[in-house]
Amino acid sequence: MMTLDSSKDGLRIGSLGTTGMAIGGIIGLGGIAATIGLDGMGGSAIFWKSYLLGFMAAVAICLGALFFVMLQHITKAGWSVTVRRPAEAIAGNLQWLWILFLPILVLVWTGKGAVLFEWCDTSYMHADHVLEGKMGYLNATFWSIRAIVYLAVWALLARFYRSQSLAQDRDGDYRRTLRMQWWAPIGIILYGFTQTFASIDWIMALQPKWFSTMFGVYWFTVSCTGFFASIIILIVLLRALGHGKDAFTREHIHDLGKLLFAFGVVFWAYIGYSQYMLIWYANIPIETEWFAPRQLGNWTFVSWLLILGHFALPFLLLLSRWPKRWPGMLMLIALWMLAMFVVDVYWLIMPMVPEAALATATSWEQLQSGVADGTIDIGWHPSILNLTAVIGSIGLVVCGTFFALGRASIAPTNDPRLAEAMAHELF
Amino acid sequence: MSDTTGKTMTQDSPEAGLWGLAAQFDSTAGIYAAATKTREAGYEWFDCHVPFPVHGLDKAMGVKHTILPVLVFFAGLTGLCVAIFLQVFTNSLQVNLWALVEVVGYQFDVSGKPLISTPAFVPVAFELTVLFSAVSCVGLMLFLNKLPCLYHPILKSPKMKRITDDRFVLVIESKDPKFTRATAEKFMQSLNPERIVELEH
Repeated sequence: MMTLDSSKDGLRIGSLGTTGMAIGGIIGLGGIAATIGLDGMGGSAIFWKSYLLGFMAAVAICLGALFFVMLQHITKAGWSVTVRRPAEAIAGNLQWLWILFLPILVLVWTGKGAVLFEWCDTSYMHADHVLEGKMGYLNATFWSIRAIVYLAVWALLARFYRSQSLAQDRDGDYRRTLRMQWWAPIGIILYGFTQTFASIDWIMALQPKWFSTMFGVYWFTVSCTGFFASIIILIVLLRALGHGKDAFTREHIHDLGKLLFAFGVVFWAYIGYSQYMLIWYANIPIETEWFAPRQLGNWTFVSWLLILGHFALPFLLLLSRWPKRWPGMLMLIALWMLAMFVVDVYWLIMPMVPEAALATATSWEQLQSGVADGTIDIGWHPSILNLTAVIGSIGLVVCGTFFALGRASIAPTNDPRLAEAMAHELF
Repeated sequence: MSDTTGKTMTQDSPEAGLWGLAAQFDSTAGIYAAATKTREAGYEWFDCHVPFPVHGLDKAMGVKHTILPVLVFFAGLTGLCVAIFLQVFTNSLQVNLWALVEVVGYQFDVSGKPLISTPAFVPVAFELTVLFSAVSCVGLMLFLNKLPCLYHPILKSPKMKRITDDRFVLVIESKDPKFTRATAEKFMQSLNPERIVELEH
């Protein structure tokens, strides 16, 4: 009774895989092409920031998936066996996402990196004592080596977990599960280091003077938000299209809703607030400068949108049991959370610290009026490029995910804990 | 069935001392089916005593979902309000009660921040929300479960000892409006129990 047959049970998505791939691919390539085209072959600062925004959003979702897969193995979880396969499919995108990073790598290597990362300009770095001290870490060579290490680790981990899981579908060898469990602690430690330093290198380093020791954890909560929202949308969608109704039950959806609530709403707010409070309390200019533009001009609105829309509203919505057990409702909340996730990445990447103005201003009001009349630039340049880049990157992830889903059963069929997952019931 | 107590009962024995009737089963399937039938028969005051959690048994019994989460939500909300009030009160209060008593809070200037600084209030608000929720959750759980329970009739009968080991018992209490000694026993016989035991107050 508690088994899955990939030839029945709608576990083969068949033409849906091709359709999803086509839609994702068209949106993805179209989005990227539009981003380049609208900028006139790319190259402006706004283009590169948009491109980074799209890349980071895509990477965050896939990294969250990789974390989820390894977490299930590290805890030897039984409930999640069926939903692990779609997560493996999302994480599998890390096998090719490094391609999207190549343009940024080339940009830095050709010496034009300063358009995106100020630290690429060595004269700028030498001019400031603090920045000069950071040059041992923030230089093109070391930065590139690190980037290659992160991308390689992610690609190898994603490949290992997906290929082992697919191989188990064919041969049913329980030792594959043991092997995946053996590697899970090592993988999750590697993941912890790489995702932390990647967030430092690719987002925190946009403002080279600023630092926050909590930034890696914050980025982790961001990627969890993106992933749990995405997998809820994906699984509810698959069920609605008649696939895997026995494999993904209401109980699994309920549990994923809880994880979205825990990681994407509560833990996100907890870490985001902790980071803010320590900086706010100490009130040291080198630390507060990062939050200054985010509390000026239109960024104030975005900051409030995050507090209310990323925390307060979903907290109340997801607190009760019934919205998490109602797939349609949960999917709406997940769509909202995915939008908030993008706003959050936007909020992390786009604002610019008006260093000169901060150094000379004598009052907060002076900064506010400067921002209001446009003499102080805080990076508020909403552009169609932001949107096309994000939609393009996420479209490519959708394409890759449906490609992966179409190539195998959408739930493991020979996992030793499959029966446990299918009998999963919450009280 | 040899010690089915019905045989020794006389028709005119008083039901006053009777707390309930217990039917004993030797399998989870037996108790599950019995609970379903008992609910369908319209009994309300019945309970199952089992040595380990039997999945789905509460559904078979028709146990309603608890109101505890709703109560805990309001307890947490109370904690939040108390925390905010407490901090605003102690930090920035300055009132004259009928112009006689002046009540002043601890108006410390901490690194030039305003007396009512919302970011500084969040940790305490968070902790008190958690504290009120957690304590009320445990306390209300005990209250709603009528715990602690120092005496329970089922523990009085030596015949019921195996519910902590390998037997499953369904008890219909005599205070159930549908309960009479004869009908309840007849109904229990239809459940095919190992035996039926009567429990005294």
